[in-house]
Amino acid sequence: MVGKAGRGKIKDTLFAGISGLAALSIIFIIIVMLYELVVGAGPALARFGWDFLTGTRWDPVREQFGAWPLIYGTLVSSFVALALAVPLSLGIAIYLAELAPPWLREPVAFLVELLAAIPSVVYGLWGLFVLVPWLRTTVQPFLGNTLGFLPLFQGPPLGMGMLAAGLVLAIMILPIITSITREVLLAVPSSQREAMLALGATRWETIRMAVLPYGRSGIVGAVILGLGRALGETMAVTMVIGNRPQVSLSLFHPGQTIASVIANEFTEGFNEMHLSALLASALLLFVITLLVNILARLMVWRMNKIPQGVSRE
Amino acid sequence: MESGKPGRSIARRVTGILGVLVGGILLAAVACAPWGEERRIEPGGKPPVHLLGVGASFPYPLYSKWIEEYRKFNPHVNIDYQSIGSSGGINNILRGTVDFAGSDAPMTDEQLARAPAPIFHLPSVAGAVAITYNLPGVDKDLKLTPQVLADIFLGNITEWRDPELTSLNPELDLPDMGITVVRRSDGSGTTKIFTEYLSKVSPVWAERVGTGTSVEWPTGIGGKGNEGVAGTIKQIPGSIGYVEMAYATQNGLPRALIQNRAGRFVGPTLETTTAAAAGAAVQMLEDMRVSLTDAPGEDSYPIAGYTYLLVYRDQHNQRRGEALAHFLWWALHDGQEHARELLYAPLPDNVVKMAEAKIKEINYKGQPFIE
Repeated sequence: MVGKAGRGKIKDTLFAGISGLAALSIIFIIIVMLYELVVGAGPALARFGWDFLTGTRWDPVREQFGAWPLIYGTLVSSFVALALAVPLSLGIAIYLAELAPPWLREPVAFLVELLAAIPSVVYGLWGLFVLVPWLRTTVQPFLGNTLGFLPLFQGPPLGMGMLAAGLVLAIMILPIITSITREVLLAVPSSQREAMLALGATRWETIRMAVLPYGRSGIVGAVILGLGRALGETMAVTMVIGNRPQVSLSLFHPGQTIASVIANEFTEGFNEMHLSALLASALLLFVITLLVNILARLMVWRMNKIPQGVSRE
Repeated sequence: MESGKPGRSIARRVTGILGVLVGGILLAAVACAPWGEERRIEPGGKPPVHLLGVGASFPYPLYSKWIEEYRKFNPHVNIDYQSIGSSGGINNILRGTVDFAGSDAPMTDEQLARAPAPIFHLPSVAGAVAITYNLPGVDKDLKLTPQVLADIFLGNITEWRDPELTSLNPELDLPDMGITVVRRSDGSGTTKIFTEYLSKVSPVWAERVGTGTSVEWPTGIGGKGNEGVAGTIKQIPGSIGYVEMAYATQNGLPRALIQNRAGRFVGPTLETTTAAAAGAAVQMLEDMRVSLTDAPGEDSYPIAGYTYLLVYRDQHNQRRGEALAHFLWWALHDGQEHARELLYAPLPDNVVKMAEAKIKEINYKGQPFIE
């Protein structure tokens, strides 16, 4: 009997050790990646300093590198994607979790998850051959005629550009945000809903005042995961964004993102400084993603602290 | 406890299925080629020779074909070529991690100076860059002079009805449209050849933009790869861009005629590319590094370039060196036949002769492999 318990103890220790190592490996991998990026980016950062962040020229031939247009393109395309995808995803998730008839729930949820399994290059090709022509012939002329006074919708309708990139990204992050939000809403205890209904609340009031606040931190997490995917997406974006490193307010104009410039130029890197500048952009993307995640943590943490008048189980 | 049992048995079943699957995949892998072939032993009882090459992606389809054909010709040599890009090829040959490298651009003097031992440039085939466009209602080939081409890509000529264009193409009904320039967004040898040509014919281009696999373009939008550029051009009426000749031919894209140094308007074909190679051979350096852009010759297409195989002159392993030298010799002769089918321009005779001389210099401890 004692032997058996002792063996169990050894197994426990062994298991704890192995899983601890597995957890540590993540930290190790991140440190190694960061180290490699910093070492590789060293020459470019030493030469350009802060100008690397604010410079607007990207000229491999003359070794002039400024990443501001890339940072701008990365952030703008991702936020356009979020602006389009978040309301839609929330709508789908609420419908699926709260309102849809049971026979519809599973098939639609399955279809949404299927969207997540499509490789990004397929989205890119679809974007290039279907979305871009439609934008060029229909959407952009319409926006230009009706909302053309806004700086957002000016310039010749090329199809390719920031708007196309934002749309493709929106479709790509839709399934992530939707399926996580749906899981979060399903996890809201039914006692919450029952309590609201018992108080005489309508369906909409129940969702707005009991279900959504309860799941809020989870929903923010879902949005951040979607944003993370949008920031780092490479192939689909590079096929539709026009790949022109410029800062322009108009969503009709071509742009460039950090991830797509790396994918485009790394294999045929021009010289040492060019490669170093590309690694410096990678480091920048790393830092941006890190900041976004920290921000999200802070938001979730703050939200959980503020009592919202609903009980937490 | 009760609920634990079925769960565990399911887990066991899943493990079992996985095991069968993995086993099956391994078996299939064993049964398939390379492995099977590796077991073949040479007459002398020696194991087969493996050669590894990395580099340019432009000639990858051709090199794959060569490797496949060469295996039929000599089953005791296994060659592997990975297309990781020209600069990756050059870096690997400099570090000596591969037997040969592929590169669309010759190595620079500075790179050659870093090499631990003499490296040979062997042109394998030539390629060309086609100027393609989307002009509704235009059914004949567009004609362009070097100056007009440079002005379009500099953003100086922005309308198809610009007098420069209409006077060059009086027989064409050019549309009343703006010009949208489309170029490669990814670093590529195609861009290198195209920008090298523009730098040669336009001092303004040379000064403002220069030559490179990626450059700071004065105007236009970027598509990824030949297919990205061609796809974009197809969708934007009034657009113009450049793609590899082979890609343009295979996909039936319109190809502009470019005025060459002899003053003639020439389209990109295998013949005009080989003509450019023959014309440029006159100025070829002893080490075979040469530019094919703006080459002299009546029939020369001016936007062309070689793709090179890079090898060390002095080999350190007798068997590998021997296999390499024979493969190169084969590529230079029999291999050229396959080039044409895959739309690469074969080497002209004068260049084949020069490359033969180089291969005969490849040696092991001073002993050449091919006499």
